[in-house]
Amino acid sequence: MSLRVYAIAYLIFLYLPIFLLPLFAFNDSTIIAFPLDSLTFRWFYELWETPALHAAVQNSIFIAVLTAIFSTLLGICAARAAAKYEFPLKRPIMGLIMVPLVLPEIIVGVSLLVVVVQLLEWQLSTWTVVGAHVLICTPFSIAILNGAFQNMDTSLEEAAQDLGETPFSTFRLVTLPLVMPGIISSLLISFTISLDEFIIAFFLTGADPTMPVYIWGLLRFPQKLPAVMALGTILVLLSIILLTIAEYYRRRGLARAGLKDKGGFL
Amino acid sequence: MSGPIISLSGVQKYYGDYHALRDIELDIAEGEFFSLLGPSGCGKTTLLRTIAGFEDASDGALMLSGRDMKGVPPNKRPTNMVFQSYAIFPHLNVAENVAFGLRKHGLSAAQKDAKVAEALAMVGLEGYGGRAAHALSGGQRQRVALARALVLQPKVLLLDEPLSALDKKMREQMQGELRRLQRQVGITFILVTHDQEEALIMSDRIAVMFEGRIAQVAAPQTLYRRPETSQVADFIGVMNFMPATAQMAGESVETEIAGLGKASLAPDQCPGGVATGAVHVGIRPEMISLVFEGEEVKAATAKTTVVEQYYYGDMTYYDVALEGVEKPITLSMKNIVGRPVLERGAPARIAWDPRALVLFSA
Amino acid sequence: MLISAPALYAILLLAVPLGAIFLFSFWTQDYLTLITTPTLANYQEAWNEPLYGLLLRRSLMISGAVTVATVLLAFPIAYFVSFHVRPERKSLWLFLITIPFWTSYLIRVFLWKVILGYNGVLNSGLSGLGLIDEPLTFILYNANAVVITLAHAFAPFAILPIFVALERIDRSLLEAGRDLGETKLMTFWRVTLPLAMPGVVAAVLIVFIPTIGDYVTPRLVGGPNGLMIANMIQTQFLKLNNAPMGAALAVVAMLFVSVIALGFVWLNRKFLRVKQ
Repeated sequence: MSLRVYAIAYLIFLYLPIFLLPLFAFNDSTIIAFPLDSLTFRWFYELWETPALHAAVQNSIFIAVLTAIFSTLLGICAARAAAKYEFPLKRPIMGLIMVPLVLPEIIVGVSLLVVVVQLLEWQLSTWTVVGAHVLICTPFSIAILNGAFQNMDTSLEEAAQDLGETPFSTFRLVTLPLVMPGIISSLLISFTISLDEFIIAFFLTGADPTMPVYIWGLLRFPQKLPAVMALGTILVLLSIILLTIAEYYRRRGLARAGLKDKGGFL
Repeated sequence: MSGPIISLSGVQKYYGDYHALRDIELDIAEGEFFSLLGPSGCGKTTLLRTIAGFEDASDGALMLSGRDMKGVPPNKRPTNMVFQSYAIFPHLNVAENVAFGLRKHGLSAAQKDAKVAEALAMVGLEGYGGRAAHALSGGQRQRVALARALVLQPKVLLLDEPLSALDKKMREQMQGELRRLQRQVGITFILVTHDQEEALIMSDRIAVMFEGRIAQVAAPQTLYRRPETSQVADFIGVMNFMPATAQMAGESVETEIAGLGKASLAPDQCPGGVATGAVHVGIRPEMISLVFEGEEVKAATAKTTVVEQYYYGDMTYYDVALEGVEKPITLSMKNIVGRPVLERGAPARIAWDPRALVLFSA
Repeated sequence: MLISAPALYAILLLAVPLGAIFLFSFWTQDYLTLITTPTLANYQEAWNEPLYGLLLRRSLMISGAVTVATVLLAFPIAYFVSFHVRPERKSLWLFLITIPFWTSYLIRVFLWKVILGYNGVLNSGLSGLGLIDEPLTFILYNANAVVITLAHAFAPFAILPIFVALERIDRSLLEAGRDLGETKLMTFWRVTLPLAMPGVVAAVLIVFIPTIGDYVTPRLVGGPNGLMIANMIQTQFLKLNNAPMGAALAVVAMLFVSVIALGFVWLNRKFLRVKQ
């Protein structure tokens, strides 16, 4: 029983910052502190009237969409290969692909910075951010898709071939529909990670800042903070919606495969 | 009848160093209910998957209705399989599962529906077409898997331990139904099973496999009564093995069996070939009976003591010790009205018919 | 082969850049020109300049404290969800635990500044309740704030591996423990905890290693005494324009992290006999 109290206290600790966001977003005061003032929507209007923010948001969405697609495609290849085939050096190769999951992000950022700017002498751009984001999102995609591919009974694919389908049409008619929930889930998670990623983007972003880089800039100006709170509120809502959809598809995937839910994205 | 529907000759299968199939020579006739029987790891599933095309034989030839199957992928073979896990597509309903293989048959939707309905009726699942795959019981999944394979009218239906996931009652019911279905459709069935009783009940012929090799191919009765090796005899049912010495006497073999005495064996009682010198003689428990007082016996008899008694309800099994022999032999008696069940330690006279004996080279 | 695309990607964008960083750390920079003569000058400077040593030690201390705090706080939650939540509710709990993790990282860190600040939520709340007269000052712009904020940020990373390990424990083992005469507490100590160790080890590594590389949290809530090595690496690269020095510091930091992580795994194998 005391464990339950602890668990609830822990959840409050986890949610404390998120609960505060909307409070300050709708608070008619430039100072982010209690006591609260009257209700206002002006911080949201301010967001609406900041073209630089819009550009950053567009840039981030562009990066996040590309990241989601590429990392999911790479994830499908890797998860499929890991689930179905044995090949030499399987463990070291899979290990290398999964390393970004534990590597400090600053290392990924500076190492790519060195290669791109100092060695290749390219310009930093939106694409350098995409490249790095695909690198860090692929392990998440693999973790999600691994579940989908490994849970699938291999005799399902054999049955399809036995019933007259070629390996390709088997993939289209049986494999793909069964892992589709995992793919959608992977797209959404990669999108969310990329949209929010700051540490690497700060190193690799070019002339057009991403949204988190733009927010980082705003944090230095106290009069801008309420608008940041408003933006944060919108982002939190968006993340919760995306994650709920991702979770829905993950569960549907499990239900399709006729499996018990073991919980968790990772 | 024309030539065999399936013919395997000199088939070998290696997984690296592991020799999974050794010198497989096998002909299976059209319309036969054929079983591959053996303990786990004996190669029976590998052999089935080789016929289906999921495994390539390392060497040897596989002919399917006269056509060499080398390099033919599973989707191009006239065989269909019922998988051990049934492999019901979880994203499709029952009717879509059954219609899966009909996609490339160029049928109209109405023709397809009719075929699916017919196949479902055949397995006793009329009206189940709209059910979701995950809403089916084990027995129903098995029927869907059967319908899905049979709707394609394959030349050969392959069944990979299809009954092992079912409970005992359901299994016994499905054994009867499968047999009936096979007679009805007349398609060759090849069943993989590790359950010797199941193989005996269902098959026209059985191949018993050990360690990648076929030990014996025979009809159930022959297999049970005249096993060619002691390994086959031991795997199927219970067999008492008794040390004996043998020598030729004309056509027949004269044996001196430890504890039982002399017996003369006809050539057909030596299915694995005639042997002399130190041999083993086998006899099934039900071929030995207890002799109760007042019963008249034509067969040979011996004096024994009951060592252990196992009461099964319909039957009682006894381990009895023969005089001067260490290892007891097992016999079984039907429990009929008026027949007592002997207790441990009781003296017992047994009778046996020498015609039930089988000779194995030692 | 299917694996070649992701493998090639990881080699080009991960292995090669890591190699480049390593190479770079032996070069030097003279204003805008790179001098590609291999030299240990950067490492010598890293060794001789007390600031770097201080930052590295502080980073390791803070990361260590974050790891201990995060894992200790996380274990009871993982245990609660695994053992005391009904199976059909488990994924809801995990979902609730992961949601805060996916919401804007920068803003979350910033909000901790708001919560912990001089006029922050915590201080105004406590003084409102009459529990304190003066605002607490030891909770912002120092290492404590960094630990609290990072413990919050990495919570799901610690909870999930421990949860997975606990889920794998066959419940009949615990009954066997009780049946063989142990109390509940001793069964936990002798059965549950050893079997959960792989999850704890994973949690420790997955929290400890990335926290070393965080420069946002120290910058926002750490104050001058909460800055870490990652801040210095960032400064070398982006402000001082001395990439080779930054690379050397990155290599040194990675080296220490790897040695500590491997040492931890080794100790675990040796003393707890954990089979991975």
